[in-house]
Amino acid sequence: MADFQPIVLGGADERDLTKLAEYEAIGGYETLAKARRSEPQAIVEELLTSGLRGRGGAFFATGRKWSFIPKPDQNPNPHYLVVNADESEPGSFKDHEILARVPHRFIEGCLITAHAVESKQVFVYIRGEYLGPFEVVRDALEEIRDRTDILGGVTIIVHRGAGAYICGEETALLESLEGKRGQPRSKPPFPAISGLYASPTVVNNVETLATVPPILAMGGEKYAQLGVENSTGTRVVSLSGNLERGGNYEVPHGITLRELIYDLGGGIPGGRQLKAVIPGGSSTVILTADEIDVSYDYDSLVQVGTAMGSAGVIAIDDRCCMVQLGIRVSEFYEHESCGKCTPCREGTRWMTQILRKLEAGEASESELDLLLDVCDRINGKCLCPLGETAAMAVASYVDKFREEFIAHLDGGCPFGSDSPLDEVLAPVAQHTHSPVAEVPA
Amino acid sequence: MSSGPSSLYDEIQGVRATYPEPGSATLPALRLAQERYGWLSPEAFREVAEALEETPAFCMAVASFYDMFHLEPVGRHLVEVCTNVSCALVGAQQVLEAFEEELAVEAGGTSEDGFATLRTVECLGGCGWATIVALDHRYRMNVQPGDVSAIVEELRADG
Repeated sequence: MADFQPIVLGGADERDLTKLAEYEAIGGYETLAKARRSEPQAIVEELLTSGLRGRGGAFFATGRKWSFIPKPDQNPNPHYLVVNADESEPGSFKDHEILARVPHRFIEGCLITAHAVESKQVFVYIRGEYLGPFEVVRDALEEIRDRTDILGGVTIIVHRGAGAYICGEETALLESLEGKRGQPRSKPPFPAISGLYASPTVVNNVETLATVPPILAMGGEKYAQLGVENSTGTRVVSLSGNLERGGNYEVPHGITLRELIYDLGGGIPGGRQLKAVIPGGSSTVILTADEIDVSYDYDSLVQVGTAMGSAGVIAIDDRCCMVQLGIRVSEFYEHESCGKCTPCREGTRWMTQILRKLEAGEASESELDLLLDVCDRINGKCLCPLGETAAMAVASYVDKFREEFIAHLDGGCPFGSDSPLDEVLAPVAQHTHSPVAEVPA
Repeated sequence: MSSGPSSLYDEIQGVRATYPEPGSATLPALRLAQERYGWLSPEAFREVAEALEETPAFCMAVASFYDMFHLEPVGRHLVEVCTNVSCALVGAQQVLEAFEEELAVEAGGTSEDGFATLRTVECLGGCGWATIVALDHRYRMNVQPGDVSAIVEELRADG
């Protein structure tokens, strides 16, 4: 770690890389010029060599994704590159920082990728709430507006969302970009074949694209030496929750979760004990305090039954009630369910209701089983993973803290208002419309 | 209503022309209307629909899907407190309550004088700098309950 230099956020501590002149002073856009002199296929090959996998959450091999785009003679429609800048996963705020601090590196990545997939049009779908990052990217694009040497005939349109977590799901994002309600499409066809305007489309995450220029600059082989097998390179990890020093930290894959929490994050404030860690955003299976020696890479996290997701690490101290955590997480997914698939739309609501009964001490043990049953009936039965991740996350709280859930059966919550998540007002509880369905007795 | 050099109608036509397919202008058009009128009234939906060559019902169906579109009037200022997990773990609820007291309004409502609308929102993507409060869409980071009265003073000075 000591001699590790960040590559995605590299240089941003020393210089104001939101300025074109500063970015060019450190060699910015030179990689793009070099890439344009190569065949698109050569760029794809270099990415395959690098082992880069998508930083949005699915961790799909980036070069492979690009290679699914049909050749112009196979499909005459224009190719589109769509950037997923809809970062909304609770616990993740890395793309926020990347867009705000290294916008030109991100734009360079977009332009290299456009060359690799033979696209002349890039759409950056940025969540509506990110007004600050939007303005930074807009101003950066303004700076290169007359630089035909940089743009090379490619247009980049920044398209602002309007507040919907589900639009981070790539097909929902495409629906939203087409001007509709952001509800996921059924797959196949995948976006590479029929995406935006039914044309071949690559959808990549912000961090993925900002990693492309440094990969080509150093060479795929050298990049692949960073990190660990199957999780090459670096990751911008978002640290939050009960930590001394929350923030984004770019690290090579393979650092342990313990190092992230105690070395970079500075440990738990107020002399408290770590109780649990959400390792990859609220959609991921929780880890207990004694599971944090795991290496922070894709395979290692899968081995302990969870996932790296979008690299949002949330540390939770010993004051927090796990039933309350379940309520808050379940209410989030209930609010954000797009309503298209019944198991997710109804199931997340039921999960919240059962958890509320538990918290109030009004539930019987059979309802704890009912909760797990509801979770099980969401899993694998929807078009997108939203409901499923909610179910798996909440079921993991029950699984790993079952005694705490059992303790709620007799007389309610042992933590009460000592827990910071007690009686937190979630947006779903703030809406005026009344619920239409109750859990059957 | 669709005349004048900077009419909403014309602005929307400008946005439609930037996309390969004009349908993509729906969200930008709704945002333009909301920026102009403060909220999306039935009249605003009719205007947007005309400019987009869609029905008002279609525009309403789209707008109602997204949290940032206001289907009811809101105050002159919008105060949004994130109460998702990371913010809540470090005391977002207490920040929210401080705003409720200072603005004399319950979360989800608008103060009687029309000064501000206060509401909770889901994760704003600033988790490591919790609690995040969006004031008229500008993020304030690391907000503590003790900061709230000064923040409200600032908003009041702004009108």
